[in-house]
Amino acid sequence: MSYGRSVEVVETAENVRRITITVNGERRVVEVEPRLLLAHLMREGLGLTGTHFGCDTTNCGACTVLFDGEPIKSCTMLAVQADGHEVTSVEGLGTHSELDPVQEGFQAEHGLQCGFCTPGMMMASKALLNRNASPTEEDVRWALSGNLCRCTGYQNIVKAVLWAADKQRLSGPAAAGDTSSEEHVS
Amino acid sequence: MTQTAPVTPSSSQALDEIKIGGLGSSRLRVEDSRFIRGRGNYTDDVKLPGMLYMEILRSPLAHARIISIDTSRAWAIPGVRLVLTGEMMAQRNLAWMPTLSYDTQAVLATDKVRFQGQEVCVVVADDPYIAKDGCEAIDVEYEPLPPIVNPEQSAAPGAPVIRDDKQGQVDNTCYRWEVGDREATERAFAEADVVSKLKLHYPRSHPSPIECCGSVADFDPATKKLTVYMTSQAPHIVRSAVALIAELPEHMIRIVSPDVGGGFGNKVPVYPGYVHSILASILLGKPVKWTEDKTGNLISTGFGRDMYLDGEMALRSDGKILAVRMHADTDQGAFFADAQPSKFKIGLMHSTFACYNIGTGYITAQGHYTNKAPGGVAYRCSFRVTEAMFFQERMVQAAADDLGIDQAEFRRVNLLPDDAFPARTPFGFLVDSGQYDKCLQIGLDAIGYEEFRREQAAARAKGRLLGIGISTMTEPLGAGNSREYDILGIKMFDSAELRVHLTGKAILRTGAKTQGQGHETTWAQIVSHELGIPAADVVVEEGDTDTAPYGMGTYASRSTPVAGAAVSMVSRKIRAKARKIAAHLLEVSEEDIEWELGRFFVRGAPERGATIQECAMAAYSNMPDGMEPGLEGNAYYDPPNLTWPFACYIVTVEVDPETGVWDVLRVVAVDDCGVRINPMIVEGQIMGGLTEAYAMSNMQFQTYDAEGNIVGSNYMDYLIPTAWETPGFELHEVVTPCPHHPIGAKGVGECAAVGGPAAFVNAVLDAIAHTGVRNIDMPVLPDRVWTALQTHQDVSGAPPVRNG
Repeated sequence: MSYGRSVEVVETAENVRRITITVNGERRVVEVEPRLLLAHLMREGLGLTGTHFGCDTTNCGACTVLFDGEPIKSCTMLAVQADGHEVTSVEGLGTHSELDPVQEGFQAEHGLQCGFCTPGMMMASKALLNRNASPTEEDVRWALSGNLCRCTGYQNIVKAVLWAADKQRLSGPAAAGDTSSEEHVS
Repeated sequence: MTQTAPVTPSSSQALDEIKIGGLGSSRLRVEDSRFIRGRGNYTDDVKLPGMLYMEILRSPLAHARIISIDTSRAWAIPGVRLVLTGEMMAQRNLAWMPTLSYDTQAVLATDKVRFQGQEVCVVVADDPYIAKDGCEAIDVEYEPLPPIVNPEQSAAPGAPVIRDDKQGQVDNTCYRWEVGDREATERAFAEADVVSKLKLHYPRSHPSPIECCGSVADFDPATKKLTVYMTSQAPHIVRSAVALIAELPEHMIRIVSPDVGGGFGNKVPVYPGYVHSILASILLGKPVKWTEDKTGNLISTGFGRDMYLDGEMALRSDGKILAVRMHADTDQGAFFADAQPSKFKIGLMHSTFACYNIGTGYITAQGHYTNKAPGGVAYRCSFRVTEAMFFQERMVQAAADDLGIDQAEFRRVNLLPDDAFPARTPFGFLVDSGQYDKCLQIGLDAIGYEEFRREQAAARAKGRLLGIGISTMTEPLGAGNSREYDILGIKMFDSAELRVHLTGKAILRTGAKTQGQGHETTWAQIVSHELGIPAADVVVEEGDTDTAPYGMGTYASRSTPVAGAAVSMVSRKIRAKARKIAAHLLEVSEEDIEWELGRFFVRGAPERGATIQECAMAAYSNMPDGMEPGLEGNAYYDPPNLTWPFACYIVTVEVDPETGVWDVLRVVAVDDCGVRINPMIVEGQIMGGLTEAYAMSNMQFQTYDAEGNIVGSNYMDYLIPTAWETPGFELHEVVTPCPHHPIGAKGVGECAAVGGPAAFVNAVLDAIAHTGVRNIDMPVLPDRVWTALQTHQDVSGAPPVRNG
């Protein structure tokens, strides 16, 4: 298998790179083909199937993960480019027993239907809230404009993110993020 | 939001239905718990030991003869396990397969390719990268043939015959169909004061769920059992189709539709890719996974629409509609692969004008083969009703303009009055119920119609172009009744099976298949409504043909009207048995037992009761003598009629006269879908539909150039609105319970996608009414609006698209 799971590959062994990557806080050493996409490594090599392939062209955002804290589309990044970096996927949101406010918000405000875009949508939302604890509706719409949803019409997704922001502000540490509105270019 | 609180059953008191998550509760969705954790289980998440991966080589040309295929270089790649060609399929009599519309479709091309993206070869390998390498290494030699990209070219004398594989096919006609009273319609037109005419094209659009199609076929050589995990909205139809096509015994086929990442009609048909993966697994004795990429999905799987209309209305000068005459040409692509009831070659197009009293009418239709992807699926609609209602509402707007009557007033004059129901339409439908005037008035009041007209006039004086568009419609949802509706001869009923366990908890399975509609949440609410079992105590499973009762699946807004009704009916069967048990427990005769939510009690002594949970316990531990143990049952529901929701959508826009760009100012939606099981979910469905309506009117379409190259083959070309463009929605409701549905519910999931587009387009045309332009084809792109503003001419969007 070239999915970066083992070193048993015979035919392509000479073409394998060893990379070190911190995924959801856990340091992983994997061997991958240089052409392997990060999203494939996440899904197949590491078994983290919450990261989805939607469009293959960086448009839909179903594969959004946090890369050193910034949202990126993992379907068009090579796994080798993640060498030495930190990646957070939906599986790293919240804990076994406690949900992240973003996850709670999506359920509370009916921000998902088929659920396929949801992990990417939540990771982009998380990135927004990490840098802006009090986003406006416009901030949310802009921050999520790289993520497509075919089911909801976005209105409830926006509500979900605002719900999470409220919850985070009320319950989280006082020092969370910049509260100023963001600049948009439209 | 209502959270379902734990409920302690009490044998002395009825339950509060909202508290137990019953009918009308905005119960939060149970399926969300896995989705928000990234623990959904979609087809591409299925991973089996020893699994191989499949990739499809597609045709780069729209129409060409295949001269040769050389697969030797692909076979030579380490890790390639199988290369399939059309010739190999033909040896197994599998090169062609039946479509859901009694046509045939190539599984792998043998003689010719007939559209760009058609499946030519298949490679199976140890991983998907090697499978792709294998496809790259196949050499195919083609002899190009002239491509046909619209019905006009298709019907032209001397046009090359696309389907020369079919005996007796001498031209490119796919079907002809007609309905209505031709002579009465002609008489009405002869008497008309005004005849209003409109020509337009509803562009080809793709449902494009974010999750593409895919399958994992797993044939076990030891047991001979075939299990297929696949992205299907209708797993039972697939099982029967595989049994018929592949001649495998049906009891040895298990279709599992796990979580589905959106369907919208795209995942109803059986696609070649599924068949390839099945055959590859049978040949190799190993599981084979096919995961379609976005381009494969957009260029080869079921599209929607691509219909041309010639519409005419006979009108009296006082505003009364006397008759409607329509001719529709549909571009079917290379294979007639509509997923629709067998009898109706152009779906339920003849539901057009069902909300109006139109006197009489006549519709003709012709299907055309072209060198484009096959399909014509019910893209978020009940079989072509989207085109029916779009044409209707565009014609209504044009007619009002031609008569010089206000568009709202024109509708008021012609909409069916409340006492008209049940109302027979000139095309044979029976519309069940509605309060059309009320819905329209709520919409007009919400948008502030008169005030907007004043604002519009004031803005016009300053050179600003504001517009308001209305769309009112009813649509037939919930096929079918079995007399009229079948797919491949299988009647369009649906089913539910309910097992109540010893402790009063239950499992429910249905023949439907959720793809985001929230069945796991809402079906439990129906059980809760009927039995008083808290919704949290009912688990819902769908999509596994080994366990679920036989049903026709989820599309055409049929789940609530049909499967939902079956859930009600099976719950009532359970209640009838529980009543006998209650009589036994309370030591009275069954006639003396009364029911209230969650409990039976003795008539005249309401403090003496037995809860449904106590009855469940007794069904396994203390049943009356002679009674069969257990508390379970099933129900197959054959609806007496379709359900007829009504909607009024009103949109206001501002058009920039310099650029043709238009912005949505407000969207008001008034939906009457009868009784709402879960208002939160219903509103979610409406907002999703409105977004697709906005998308189709504004940006989303597929077209073809003169060479047959598709435009809109990936998300860089195929534009889907983001959170940034999508307008906000203001929702209102009216409730007219469906008279024939067990809980009074009607379908709703698709109403806004069906009725919405005309409201947006009517609004833009209203904004530029001063130009006299009658039509701009969807999507109403800025360059089309700008052209209309400059030339004062209608703007066609029909293919071929201009190059450069």
